[in-house]
This record gives sequence, structure tokens and C-alpha cells, in this order.
Amino acid sequence: MGAVTATNIRKQFGDVVAVDGISLAVRDGEFLVLLGPSGCGKTTFLRIIAGLERATSGEILIGGEVVNEVPPRARGVAMVFQSYGLYPHLTVANNIAFPLRTQRVAKVEIQRKVAWAAGLLGLDRLLHRRPRELSGGERQRVALARALVREPTVFLLDEPLSNLDAKLRATARSELKQFQQTVRTTTIYVTHDQVEAMGMGDRIAVIDHGKLRQIGTPAEIYDDPADEFVAGFLGTPPMNLIQRDGGSLGFRPEHFLPKELLNGAALTELAFRIDRMEYLGSERILYGAIDGFAAKREVTAKLPAHVQLTGIRPGEWHPFAVRETELRFFDLDGRRSEGKAQAQ
Amino acid sequence: MLRLAKKLGGEGSFYAAVITLVVFAAFPFYWMLITTFKADGDLYDLKSIPYWFNTAPTLEHIRYLFTETLFVQWLMNSALVGLCVVAITLIVALPAGYSLARMPGRSAETLGIGIFLTYLVPPTLLFLPLSRVVTILGLQDSLWSLVVIYPTFTIPFCTWLLMGFFKSVPREIEEAAIVDGCTVVGAFVKTVLPLSVPAVLTVVIFAFTLTMQEFVYALTFISSSEEKPVTLGVATDLIRGDIFYWGELMGAALIASVPVAIAYNLFLDRFISGITGGAVK
Amino acid sequence: MTAITLTPRPARSRFFLDRAEIVGPLFIAPAILYVVLLVGLPFLLALYYSVSAYNIFNESLAFVGLKNFRDIIGSEIFRRTLINTLVFTISAQIIGLLLGKIGAMLLMQEFRGRGIARALVVLPWAVPVSLATVAWLWMFDSLYSVINWTLIALGLVDAANRPQWLGQEDLAMIAVVVVHAWRLFPFGVVIFLAGFTSVPKDVLDAATVDGAGFWRRNYQIILPIIAPIVLIALIFGTVFTFTDLSVVYLLTKGGPINSTQVLGTYAFQVGILSGDVAHGAAICLFLFPFLLVAVILLLRSLRRREI
Repeated sequence: MGAVTATNIRKQFGDVVAVDGISLAVRDGEFLVLLGPSGCGKTTFLRIIAGLERATSGEILIGGEVVNEVPPRARGVAMVFQSYGLYPHLTVANNIAFPLRTQRVAKVEIQRKVAWAAGLLGLDRLLHRRPRELSGGERQRVALARALVREPTVFLLDEPLSNLDAKLRATARSELKQFQQTVRTTTIYVTHDQVEAMGMGDRIAVIDHGKLRQIGTPAEIYDDPADEFVAGFLGTPPMNLIQRDGGSLGFRPEHFLPKELLNGAALTELAFRIDRMEYLGSERILYGAIDGFAAKREVTAKLPAHVQLTGIRPGEWHPFAVRETELRFFDLDGRRSEGKAQAQ
Repeated sequence: MLRLAKKLGGEGSFYAAVITLVVFAAFPFYWMLITTFKADGDLYDLKSIPYWFNTAPTLEHIRYLFTETLFVQWLMNSALVGLCVVAITLIVALPAGYSLARMPGRSAETLGIGIFLTYLVPPTLLFLPLSRVVTILGLQDSLWSLVVIYPTFTIPFCTWLLMGFFKSVPREIEEAAIVDGCTVVGAFVKTVLPLSVPAVLTVVIFAFTLTMQEFVYALTFISSSEEKPVTLGVATDLIRGDIFYWGELMGAALIASVPVAIAYNLFLDRFISGITGGAVK
Repeated sequence: MTAITLTPRPARSRFFLDRAEIVGPLFIAPAILYVVLLVGLPFLLALYYSVSAYNIFNESLAFVGLKNFRDIIGSEIFRRTLINTLVFTISAQIIGLLLGKIGAMLLMQEFRGRGIARALVVLPWAVPVSLATVAWLWMFDSLYSVINWTLIALGLVDAANRPQWLGQEDLAMIAVVVVHAWRLFPFGVVIFLAGFTSVPKDVLDAATVDGAGFWRRNYQIILPIIAPIVLIALIFGTVFTFTDLSVVYLLTKGGPINSTQVLGTYAFQVGILSGDVAHGAAICLFLFPFLLVAVILLLRSLRRREI
């Protein structure tokens, strides 16, 4: 019912191709995150689903119906904008009531629904305020209430947390996720923040330059990246990629440890020269280079802080290793391939 | 020059310069004021000092103006024309300005500038053919000719003003309304218009003052005294033969000028912003 | 939980007012219609009249080529008119701009009564043309002119030879220029003021630290920055003066002996008062090339600013 299907969506603005043939299917009740860097086309794609932009080609289906020619108000979608888009001249109560008024719902029904939505989001005592009197977090909740009150088939959220300060963002994130799990409405959520994506999404669709790179659960995206872009986009610090014949070899910083800490067979040894160390409280990040291999960025190793680093000093070489099961191989085009580690 | 002046006389010179300028600008109005209230005997006495009253000030001219001339009729004519023109301007310029502000691509800019440029086409170029048009429409010598013609200069300017204003309203609010169930028109009416009150007010004031100031079309189209707007009636009708009724004339000029002057002063900044396209706030 | 069910796919016409491609042109149509019908068409009509033999006694639309233009260019009155129009416009602009700049520099300083001063300075421009001109008419009166009274009282002129401001050729021209400049300079003041305040303070401070004195700051830093705005104001002002009819009509009606006749008043006299629409239109059209230049300049300065 609330499933959304996009088939080969393309959007061109003059000479610029913003969305370059994206196809994906969102399951009913799923929380799908569209993740990608600024300008990758994820917001444009969301707006096409909403009906605020027309796709140059391709089809959008909501609940099995093709909606390309249908205006937003008849698609059964609700949207929360990055700056919330609250009506400045209306009170919170009237902001929430607005979508119901345009659908000409009965007055009594409007009051009931507004009270329900406000209650769900803790806005009961703010109903008579104007948006300019509210804090960022409160405004965001009003935007959500306004989206919720129509009981839409799909929620569309465009970076709703990016205007909140860092501390608020974390709590808002978990509240939003819990909220979605309660109402169980299909949700499509756009963000450039991978932590948000990993923390909230049932599945994540990674988008770059208008193309869909990979779609999968957080675990799939993280552990089995489909190409170098996805591998490099997720994870802080990003996956190490060192060059070798026929492509690149990748491994995550947290899997790159001093040899003595890894026991068992099937290890690939790499001599690591540490240039500098960062102590971040809960972990340490070591920056350096690997003997015999070129890399585009500094190679990093991430160790929990409680691990003692005896005998490891900046400027010196130390044998590090990666379990072979944690190695990822990429071909010359950057795509994932099967491969074997070469002997050093 | 200023520094020199400051060196020579310091503040004194500065104030002298200011006063000179202000006197140059405002003296005619002072003269209007004095003339209005001077008795005829005093007014036409070459021997008396004209700058102040030599006999007691009088309300005779005002009385005459209001009771024995068509001044009140002219004021009402101007007001009527003004109201109608403002209404027409709003009805046409509001949607036009909005459409131009939201139109994608460079064509909007071009169209907007094109419409604005018609403001520069002077009445002295168009009055001749328009006088024929007015005759054909059967509106010659009627106030309604002005109601039809005046929007040709209020609409371009006000559309330009409104276009600039609407561009500054964030699109998100209209988009939220569209997703919430409005049509494009509905979103405009329900969310953008309520936020546009200051701009609408500015348009009203400017359309009204532009109308109140116009002279050329009024002179061309209207000849009967009862149909004249105040700018025309005052300038042409307060004469007997060759003699002007100066007292009444100045009084009329003063009374008709005051509201326009006040309105202009209040909305000056917006006007400038409008002309320079928002380059100057 | 009840959810809104999607309506079965409705006809496209139901979404008429949703489609921006329809609403956009719809919204702008009335404005374009007005402009085309009541500005564009009359302009074309004027063009046609100027090459026809149309007058109100004989509404003939016969084509006469450039005869009307030849007639008026041959007329001495017309040549005088053209020169007058140019002279008045240029003089009034120069004086108006100068006073405007000085006025702005004065009004930029903080002093007591600045608000009132500004309001008073704006008056000449704000007030309707005809009413202000009538006041000057009174001030230039042949007998009772307050200006003459003052000159006589100061001993600069003697009573028997009092200047006939509107009755003597050269004085009448001066009178017209004075009234035009008087009307223009407040506009200049306001524009310059707005321009001065829009110059970012750090630019001025940097210039001062770099050792720029008053004049250098003014002419090498401030003026270039505010040039576009001043240009726009100059274009407007010039157009208003060049195409003026009201001031000359009310002060002198073009006299004495056509010494203050301008294109606007001459066109009025020929086209309306004498009913010779064809020649009147031809005279009006001399305004056009000038307007074209003004429009092109304006466009260029607007375009540059848009970026």
C-alpha cells in the first residue's frame, strides 16, 4: 500500500543531469535512507517522488499507481523540509491543521486530529505559539506533526536534522526512529550524514552524481560495499584503499591492527610506518603509510584506547596485519571484485 | 569643499549650507502657505514685505475654495480615480509579479525588465494616439478614461516592485502548502499573500501617488471642469480671464500636495529600492 | 489507523490549477495584455500617424511617407524646440546632480533636525508636478514675484526694470531650468544618500588606512562603487526632463515666442490644440531615439548589477 517504486528516473536541468537513471523499490512500512554527498541528486530525487519536480523520464509508482502526472496533493505523501517550511503567519495549531483544512475535513475532526498529532509529539502546550517563538527542535516537531496529521502513505524527509545543533541531533535521531516504528508509515529520509543513515535506516541507498551506487541494510553497505565510493563514504575514518596490480585492496581501520594482537591464520601482513597518532578518548587513530604500496590518502588504523601500544612510536615501522576475511578487493573501475591477497 | 568649509567656518558653514539647500527646496511651499492665508489687500500690495503677514491672516481663500469652486469635486475625482487605479493595479500586478518571481529560467528576468521598461515610455509619446483611442472608446472628457489609462504606468512599476519582493519569500512555504493539499494558486493565496502585506501596502501607496501626480493625460483627455482631477483643475480652472486667484490657488495646491508628500516620505526607501532593483536597501 | 486512500486516477483536467506551466502564463497574461494593448499598440499607432495625413478634420489614413518629418525639420520653430529640449535637459541634470550630491553629503552627517531637513528636501520631487509648478508661476509673477521683490529690496535691480521671468526669452529659459532642477535634485539627494550608505564601511576604512584623502576616497572609491545606482537615477531623471510637458506648459506655454518650447509642449500644441495629429505624432517620435538610448543604457547597467 505504501510501497514506492521508482523506475529509471532521470532528471535534467538544461545541460545538468541531476538524477541519472535511478531505480529502486521502497517496501511498505520501511525506513529507507537516501545517503550521499551534497549535490549528488538525492534531494532532487526526493522532490520527484513528492511531485515538486517532474522527472525528465522514468516512472514513479506509489501504492502500485503511476503518479507522474498527479500533483503532490493527490499522491498521499507528506513532506518535512530542511528548514521545516512552517507557515510563519499561523499558530502551531493552525500549522498542523492546514493540510486538513485544504482537504475540507470537518471542523470537529480537525480538532481531534490536531490534538492527537500534537500529543504524539509533545506539542500540547505550544499550540498557540507562532513558529518564530519556537526553538529549532520544537519547530521540527511541528513540521512532523503537520506531516503526520494527514496520515499519509509515505513520509518524505529532507535532511530534517541538519538545522539542529549537534547535541539535539542525537536525541532527535532516536526519537524520530522510535516514532517511525510506532506509526509504521513508509519513510524516505534524505541525509548526507552517514551516522544518521546507519543509525536510522532499515535500508540505505547510497547515491553519488545522480546514480544509485548501492542499496542494502546498514550491515551490507558497511561490510560489503559495492564499489570504492561506498567503501570510502561510510566509516570514520574511511576504508583504507591501497593500490596494487589490477585494482585496489581495501580494509577498514578497525581491522588494521598490530600483528601481535591478531592470532590465527589467514592474516595478511603489512608493514606500517606510523607518522602521527590522535588520542580521542575512547579510541586512538594512527596515521601513516604502508611499506611497498601507494595509497591516495594516509593509511589509518583505529584501535580502542584500552589497548596498550607497547613498542609503537611515531616514525617507526611496525608489523600490522588484517584478517583475510576482512580484505575487500576492487577492480580498476572501482567496483568490488573477488580476489586473493598476494603474498608480500 | 566640505573640508574647506569646515576649516573656514566649521559648523557654522555646514549649517549655512544645509539651511541654504533646505530653503531652496522648501521655500515655494512656505510661499504657498503664506499666500493661502494672506488677505487680498496684503497679497497684492507691492509696498508690503511679502515674507510675513502685514494684516491679519484670513481664512477667506480657503472658504472660497471649498464653497465656491469645484475644488471638492476635483478632490473626489482624484480620489475615485486613485482607488480604481489601485484596485486594477493590484489585481493585475500581484499575480504578474508572483509569476515572474517563480518562473524558471532567464525568460523571467527578460520579461520582467521588458515590463518595467514600459514605465519609461513617456505620456508625451503616447498621449496623441491614446487620445484617439480614448475617443474611439467613447471615454473622452470622462474620468473613466484616466481609470483605464493610468494603469499603463502603475502596472509596470508595481509588477517590478512585487517581483523583487516575492523573490525574497522562501519557496519552501509554498511547497509545503502544495504538498499539504493546495493548488499552485491556492498556495499563493493562502501562504504568500498573507506574508506580503508590507509589499502590498507599498504598491497601494505608490499607485495612488503616481495617480495623484499625473498631469499630461488628464490635460489631454479631459476638458469639462467637473470631470477634472485635482492636479488639472487647480492648474487650469482657478482663473478668471487672465487673473489667477492666487490665494485660492495656493491653498488648493497646498491641500492637494500634503497627503502625497507625507506618503512619499514614509515610503521613500522602498521606492528607491524598487527603482534600483534592490541593489540598495 | 485509517489512511487516506488514493483516488482512482483522475482526468488531467482536474489538475488544471496545479500545473505551474498553466498558472504561470495565466497570472502574467493580464499585465502583458495591458501593456501590449495600451502601450504597444498606441506606439505603433503613433508611428503610423507620423507617416500619414491624419488630422481631426480629415481623418485620412493615407500614407505620405516622410513628408511630415521633412515639414517639421524644415520648421524653424521645431529646430528651436529640439535645441531647447536638449539644453533644458542637460542643464537641469547637471545642476540637479550637483545639488543632489552636495545635499547627500550634507545629509549624511548626523545633526539635529536631520530628519526634518530630509523630509523638506524631498518635497519638490514628491509633490505633484502641476501644483509645484503653479507655485513657481506665482513666484515668477510679472508684478508680484517675491524673487523680484527680494532683488529690489537688496538693491540688485531697480523697480522700473524688474526682470520679467516668464516674459523675456532668456529669463524664461532660466526659469524653466531652475524649476526642473528644483524638482530633480531631491531625487538625486536620495539616490546618492542611498548609494553612500551602501558602500561597505570596511572598504572606506581600508582606503583611509591606505592613505586616501577625502577627494581620492570620493572619486576613486565611492563613486565607482555607486556608479551603477547613480546611472540608473541619471537615466530616469533625464527621461523625465526630456519628455516633460507639464512644467513648460504651465509656466510659459512654450513662450515667449517659442523660446521655451520643448518637444512635449510643441507636440501638444500641434497635435491636440491644432488637431494636426500627423505632424504632432512626427514630433513625438523625435523622443523615441533618445528613449531607445536611455533604455539600452539602463538595460546594460541593470544586467551588470544582476550578477
